Amino acid sequence: MARKETTQRVVISTIGAWFFGFLIFFPILWMVLASFKTELEAFAIPPSFLFFHWTTENYVTVQERSDYLHHAMNSIIIAGGSTLIALLIAIPAAWSMAFSPTKRTKDILLWMLSTKMMPPVGVLVPIYLIYKSFGLLDSRIGLVFILCLGNLPIVIWMLFTYFKEIPRDILEAARMDGATIGRELVYVLTPMAIPGLASTMLLNLILAWNEAFWTLNLATSDAAPLTTFIASYSSPEGLFWAKLSAASTLAIAPILVLGWFSQKQLVRGLTFGAVK
Amino acid sequence: MGQITLQDVQKSFGPVHIIKGADLDIADGSFVVFVGPSGCGKTTLLRLIAGLEDVSGGKILIDGKNVVDTPPAKRGLSMVFQSYALYPHMSVRGNIGFGLKMAGLSKDETNRKVEAAAATLNLTPYLDRKPRELSGGQRQRVAIGRAIVREPKAFLFDEPLSNLDAALRVQMRIEVTRLQKQLGTTAIYVTHDQVEAMTMADKIVVLNGGKIEQYGSPLQLYEKPANLFVAGFIGSPKMNFVTGELARQQGAATIGVRPEHLKIERDGTGGWQGTIAVAEHLGSDTFLYVDAGPLGMLTARYIGELSLHAGDHVSLVPEPARIHRFDESGNALRG
Repeated sequence: MARKETTQRVVISTIGAWFFGFLIFFPILWMVLASFKTELEAFAIPPSFLFFHWTTENYVTVQERSDYLHHAMNSIIIAGGSTLIALLIAIPAAWSMAFSPTKRTKDILLWMLSTKMMPPVGVLVPIYLIYKSFGLLDSRIGLVFILCLGNLPIVIWMLFTYFKEIPRDILEAARMDGATIGRELVYVLTPMAIPGLASTMLLNLILAWNEAFWTLNLATSDAAPLTTFIASYSSPEGLFWAKLSAASTLAIAPILVLGWFSQKQLVRGLTFGAVK
Repeated sequence: MGQITLQDVQKSFGPVHIIKGADLDIADGSFVVFVGPSGCGKTTLLRLIAGLEDVSGGKILIDGKNVVDTPPAKRGLSMVFQSYALYPHMSVRGNIGFGLKMAGLSKDETNRKVEAAAATLNLTPYLDRKPRELSGGQRQRVAIGRAIVREPKAFLFDEPLSNLDAALRVQMRIEVTRLQKQLGTTAIYVTHDQVEAMTMADKIVVLNGGKIEQYGSPLQLYEKPANLFVAGFIGSPKMNFVTGELARQQGAATIGVRPEHLKIERDGTGGWQGTIAVAEHLGSDTFLYVDAGPLGMLTARYIGELSLHAGDHVSLVPEPARIHRFDESGNALRG
């Protein structure tokens, strides 16, 4: 029997959906609101929701105290660079595992994922020492490298599942039509995998953009991205809620805008193959 | 030219033997159908000929040349897949012309050939559409267009009609047969549907368990099945088999009679006695499923309408000349 769509049901589920949507979005909203408060109001209990003295003073202070553009540029280079390199490695890897799997392919995939189960802090000391001896501390190259390695398993897994969804018949048809492997990649596979590639790229960008463990531990000033910029407002002189919020808002703004514009592509990519 | 010869072709996946030594001679311009139950190896055999799988042993000759080490594209064959396998991001024009583009033909020449192929298949109005904007039948036609435009030595069809609804399947069946005759190109067609096999083929290859059971014209297979398997597989409804004393009287381990070769007698005393369990009245035919006691369930077919119903008593008299005899190992006994 089909489920009945009564008005009452629709109203309740709509209210419910909006409620949970608001609940999930609330921390970001609260952060943005706090960034427009004075430090005193940001601390106030009970907190004021909308009726407070709105000020952009925090943004001015934050920009004066630290160079936002410098950090933003580092974030762009580190997140963009690590994503690009990860994709260059992951595409052929996922490709070969999806289209000419061996008996061990499943094991290799699982092994790669298992590296994500290890807490990064467990290898902080050796990595720090290696970076120190190679002169990679506080360098963009060093951060690109570590973030790329950190996200590579997820990128390969995602691409592997997308490629798996591409029917073998189509590749065989291309082979019958006389396409070489190179042309098969360029004319048939890549155009078909674009939604998957796009969403993988976006997800990896977001992960790398917000990565805080390695960026905080391996970079201090020259290569420090926006995560370090935010963290600098929670220490050492004390906690500045309003300024911290202003810094955070500035830090997430670029990725939020990017995510907003590509959300259609992202959703399509994440549900790719779910429905035929 | 498109003469294809298989010499002791074998294929195994690890320890599993899928094709156990196939020998076959396909004449140029003929329409050959591979038929058999699922898992019999018919699709594998087609893929071996296409070059999408490598043989484990034996030779495949196309026009006298052994092609087992030749890549698929160089064999000069084209294939129509069960799933159509159209390139979803290309228009109909792009799909049909892809092979020509890969072969390095000029744009003008490609366009000319694509348009000619589209005209043959009534696809001209759809040339600039994407596959998702087409119906199942149109998609199938695009897949066929992609195959004919390259003017191959032979067409390979892998159950191309199984995704279509019944009415469209019959229509496409006729179209494919007509097209093949018109072009005069050799065709190998895989299906599990024995009606498709009987209606389309010049010659049928019946496969079972990775072995060729029989190779011959549709009527040869119908009239002189080589063994029990072919006898049971070809013909609809299925042939009736009787074992035991009745078979021994005929000097065989099993005897078989097709439903259309049983004479139905109301309240008769001769032949095989039984009670009708189910009667199907199609107008053009009447099918009777008769419970014949120790002989088991027998099927009888009457051309036209016969007013008999479940519970009626009948006797079924086999036409003596139409009784097929088989020995203990299931092979047909002649003479």
